[in-house]
Amino acid sequence: MTAGSAATKPQQTTYREAMREAMREALRADERVFLMGEDVGRYGGCFGVSLGLLEEFGPERIRDTPLSESAFVGAGIGAAVAGMRPIVEIMTVNFSLLALDQILNNAATLLHMSGGQLAVPLVIRMTTGAGRQVAAQHSHSLEGWYAHIPGIRVLAPATVADARTVLAAALADPDPVLIFEHGSLYNLSGDPDPGADPVDLGRAAIRRPGTDATIVTFGGCLPKALEAAEELARLDVSAEVIDLRSLRPLDDAAIMSSVARTHHAVVVDEAWRTGSLAAEISARITEQVFYELDAPVERVCSAEVPIPYARQLEEAALPQTADIVAAVQKAVS
Amino acid sequence: MKADRTPTARGTSRSRQARTAHRRPSVATKQKAAAADAETGHRRELLRQMLLIRRFEDRCVELYSAAKIRGFVHLYIGEEAVAVGVNQALTDQDAVVATYREHGHALARGVSAGSIMAEMYGRSTGCSGGRGGSMHLFDASRRFYGGNAIVGGGIPLACGLALADRMRGDGRVTCCFFGDGAFAEGEFHEVANLAVLWRLPLLLVCENNRYAMGTALSREHAQTDLALRAASYGMPAWPVDGMDVLAVEAAARRAAEAVRAGGGPYFLEALTYRYRAHSMYDPDRYRDKDEIERWKSRDPVDALAAVLRAGGEPEGGVDEIAKAVDAEIDDAVQSAEQAPYEPVENLLRYVTSATEPS
Ligand SMILES: Cc1ncc(C[n+]2csc(CCOP(=O)(O)OP(=O)(O)O)c2C)c(N)n1
Ligand SMILES: [Mg+2]
Repeated sequence: MTAGSAATKPQQTTYREAMREAMREALRADERVFLMGEDVGRYGGCFGVSLGLLEEFGPERIRDTPLSESAFVGAGIGAAVAGMRPIVEIMTVNFSLLALDQILNNAATLLHMSGGQLAVPLVIRMTTGAGRQVAAQHSHSLEGWYAHIPGIRVLAPATVADARTVLAAALADPDPVLIFEHGSLYNLSGDPDPGADPVDLGRAAIRRPGTDATIVTFGGCLPKALEAAEELARLDVSAEVIDLRSLRPLDDAAIMSSVARTHHAVVVDEAWRTGSLAAEISARITEQVFYELDAPVERVCSAEVPIPYARQLEEAALPQTADIVAAVQKAVS
Repeated sequence: MKADRTPTARGTSRSRQARTAHRRPSVATKQKAAAADAETGHRRELLRQMLLIRRFEDRCVELYSAAKIRGFVHLYIGEEAVAVGVNQALTDQDAVVATYREHGHALARGVSAGSIMAEMYGRSTGCSGGRGGSMHLFDASRRFYGGNAIVGGGIPLACGLALADRMRGDGRVTCCFFGDGAFAEGEFHEVANLAVLWRLPLLLVCENNRYAMGTALSREHAQTDLALRAASYGMPAWPVDGMDVLAVEAAARRAAEAVRAGGGPYFLEALTYRYRAHSMYDPDRYRDKDEIERWKSRDPVDALAAVLRAGGEPEGGVDEIAKAVDAEIDDAVQSAEQAPYEPVENLLRYVTSATEPS
């Protein structure tokens, strides 16, 4: 591709394809990179992200695993310690609980426990989130749990460009990186070229500038937050939307400088409110820019209930655009 | 499978005893005829249950296309003989734990088609109050403990139900259904060991349908003889033809008897096949259509219908059963259509118990 054609016409691709292209690029660039997980090969990934990679790279590097989350995540940790660069796909965050011990007690701690001898350059990708009426056991949003853990990085790409670039950044990191892909984003279409704004692991992005209130969000809630900002604009409220991109570490500077300008903060997080990432962000705002606030920090989170199947109940349980609009209005009123 | 342990054979041997005791051939003939009638009636009932599952799920496909049913739906079509056959060996006091592919287990257990359909419609009258959907059917009154969508997740739960029965000594059996994929999870292996160690009254039924989503058996297991591996934990473990409901019933009765007698857990590997895609989302690209057709030629419903016809079932007898089943499903759909939605005000219900624990 010539620089000229890329500059004139932004290509459109989906989030799913962008992530696949990123894996393809990584597999081509580095012999040590391989992908493993349930149905990543012949099936093409349960969300179709790795479709075609088995044909291109073969079964040694695109490894289908049995239903054994603890074993293959642990194997990813071991292979990483031994110098490989594994990308482990866990179908969804819900099943990552079967591997939580390996992630927390091995991946996140080996470097420290070994006094700096054993690094774990592992990337774990998984789908997260609710919204498709698949009921409690398939609807968890637990990235905030993982963001609680020192020793790992937690990323939540929410745009096509981030999906395209996040993997290379994650693979370049010497420590374990967890990438959360919200299930509602896979069909999102956009320009995969990050342009002047490539993913920097620790940096949040301002997705929409505004002056009256700061909406802090990430992942599957970003489209809702942008929609809310659009609606608020019609109501004469100028909302700034910050996409965290990195959930650990958090980009405090980006959040605080925005709140210092708008004086109002609303945190939107699909997880349950109690003990959430939203709680952490709210605490940091009050710790760091309390005197800039003109109103208490608002939070829009999921209701404290296992996500129900019935459509009207699920919709009521999850943060919706209207809830975000209402929270911002309350904050600025 | 030893023929002398099937219920049918047992019935025959009883009538033989009667003949020697009374030397009255007319009575013996009558008893023989009665036993044959009972056998035919029982087989008709097995066919009815299998047809109910199949036609219920055929209807689910239509309703899913019409967006009446949402979320994940996993069909059991092709595997009906397993749930139906195994349930014959269970009493109302026994317990059942199933997977997300559990419409068949629920129906065979006697959970009403109406309450299952209403659940899939997400209505208040559903067997889980609309909270669970297709993957989370529950009915405590039938001791049907779900409906678990984490592969292998139901196995430890079943272990605990069996533990409680064992500690109280009340002679009940817990039957746990799970797939060949689940057999690879630690949950299965941890429970297998524990259940043998503690002699728990647990009937483990592995539904080996040769695939875990898109991964074929030989690509998920190094040793594909699952019964052999289960036996290594020190429990009786046998394969059974999961396309033959009579064989499944006989094997399950033998297994349940052994468990009830206090022998500890028992493992059955039902060799079966799912005709449909893994779920409604699955494009089913990983197996060839010939393989599906080969298994369909051994269809459990057709096979039992053939047995019945060979035994003198009149032309149209099977159609009559199908008609009755369809009427039941029509009723289920109709009542689901009219059932109320759970009010959003009730969103936070059932998160914790209504009353404080004492
Ligand atoms: C712990 C866990 N990992 C992955 C999944 C996703 N998943 C759902 S069903 C399934 C295949 C299970 O196969 P098997 O146990 O053979 O049951 P079958 O679907 O064939 O009845 C997978 C991988 C899950 N639900 N839970
Ligand atoms: Mg299977």
